[in-house]
Amino acid sequence: MGDKGKRDKAWTKNDKIFLGMLIPVLILFFCFNTLPLLKGFYYGLTNYRGYGDYDFVGLRNFADLFTDLRVGKSYLFTFKYAVVMTIAVNVISLILALGLNRQIRGKSALRGIYFVPNILGGLVVGYIFSFIFTYILPAVGEATGIGFLQNSMLASSKTAWIAIVIVGAWQGIAMNTIIYISGLQTVPEEVYEAGMIDGVSGWKKFWTLTFPLILPFFTINLVLCMKNALMVFDQIMSLTKGGPSQSTESISYLIYNNGMSGGQFGFQSANAFVFFLVIVIISFLQMKFLGGKEEQL
Amino acid sequence: MGKKNREGAVGGKAVNNVINVLLALGCLTILFPLYMTVIIAFKKPSEMTNDVAGALAFPSNWNFDNFIEAMKVTDFWRSLGNSLLLTGVTVIICILLHSLAGYVIGRKMARHKFFKASYFYIVSGMFVPFAVLMMPLVKQTSQIGLANRAGVILLYVVFFMPMNILLYAGYLKNIPIALEEAACVDGANVWQTYWKIIFPNMKPMHATVAVLTAMSTWNDVMTPLVIMSGSDVNTLPLAQLNFQSQFGTNYNLAFASYLLALLPIMIFYIICQKQIINGVVNGAVK
Repeated sequence: MGDKGKRDKAWTKNDKIFLGMLIPVLILFFCFNTLPLLKGFYYGLTNYRGYGDYDFVGLRNFADLFTDLRVGKSYLFTFKYAVVMTIAVNVISLILALGLNRQIRGKSALRGIYFVPNILGGLVVGYIFSFIFTYILPAVGEATGIGFLQNSMLASSKTAWIAIVIVGAWQGIAMNTIIYISGLQTVPEEVYEAGMIDGVSGWKKFWTLTFPLILPFFTINLVLCMKNALMVFDQIMSLTKGGPSQSTESISYLIYNNGMSGGQFGFQSANAFVFFLVIVIISFLQMKFLGGKEEQL
Repeated sequence: MGKKNREGAVGGKAVNNVINVLLALGCLTILFPLYMTVIIAFKKPSEMTNDVAGALAFPSNWNFDNFIEAMKVTDFWRSLGNSLLLTGVTVIICILLHSLAGYVIGRKMARHKFFKASYFYIVSGMFVPFAVLMMPLVKQTSQIGLANRAGVILLYVVFFMPMNILLYAGYLKNIPIALEEAACVDGANVWQTYWKIIFPNMKPMHATVAVLTAMSTWNDVMTPLVIMSGSDVNTLPLAQLNFQSQFGTNYNLAFASYLLALLPIMIFYIICQKQIINGVVNGAVK
């Protein structure tokens, strides 16, 4: 897009009216999005506890972030969760979408059911699954003699994160499947007909014909899924509250828990600001990498 | 818009039974938790034995005692009212304000750098998670007396702005500029042109924005949790969190409450399933 400045014309009366309508919106957006972001950085430079007086401590909070064990653990957990979630959700929803896009009986009913998890709130879904993990699965393990099911997944710091991935995926798959289906519908039938004449079928058909054409949808799904996963909060709140032994504290949960009530307002503000930078860098990398691939088509 | 390839358009191919059966079986993973929720919600605590059947077998009789109790414990009607209020007002303001802003930016983006810059400025807000802004926003809203429902609505309106403006500005490409020029020739001013010509023409996008905004608002926990903490104003999901201690180990009561919390959106989904799925799809297809 190289339309730099060249198209800027003189401001007509009409332009100015539009400008007048835009300014209040920009101010509103600045006050409740950009300003708090800047304030967050400011708080990050202080030892504010959320109440009372505070002093400036320079960049100490930011330096401490890198040596704080709990923060480190929360980043590790959040990234592990996000990467596993993104891969699992995209693989499963792509398979589901390919199935649901075929000529099948009860197509709209099936699509309707598969979309249900997306409309339900993460918190309540978490509570429901919490019961499944704590009572149903161990009971199934008991009845069938399958050892690893007999203890609640949520009780062990080794498996609790998997339980959160399962719940997150249960909801995330619904959304991504629908996006993949809409992507598959944009593939013109002629492409497949042409492929059929060339004798391309099955797996090869998918990789050489279908996948390149739905690559933009793959990008959308990857970015959306990763972003949602990095911000995971509701499921943590209802499934584990960060436990056992802080093994499932996501970054959002840590900011909420320690920042709002743990007396670490300043420190967690620094954490939040770094988290923001991390999200920006990841989104930027994703779009640069995936966007670049798309253009080669 | 996205309506060309409906069912049957593929045509001519045989139904694949294996895939059909597999997909139907897969549905059970969706339906099982919902089935369990309904069953437990109707049972008495004494019917909950420690084996699988204890949780999954039909209750001995279907009565609504748990629901009546849950409504009392969680102050259901007030929570429901708050959720409806927050969602309704947010959706209305978003549609009115974001469509106008999307129009203003979308129409002038190619003409002036300022509008283009504004577009990127606002849309880039999509990459700012609420958790990042949470602490400063809590301070800010309480300082200006907005630690209440109005404040939550305001934050939603700002928070959904990037996505919605992206959608509206994108949709504008489907509305020929000639429509506005014709209205202008007829002597309508910008304001009239917008509300009489553009706003009605953006109807499909209003539906998309309404669906996306409503679902995010309805299910959101974090914003009301931190902004209205300390007050006894609950939304439907928030009530589930705040009354956990009251449920104790009475899972039947808890599940009755969860089911009540899920019911409104389920009903909404059953009635408007097409619009909801189309909304999400259109939002992504754009």
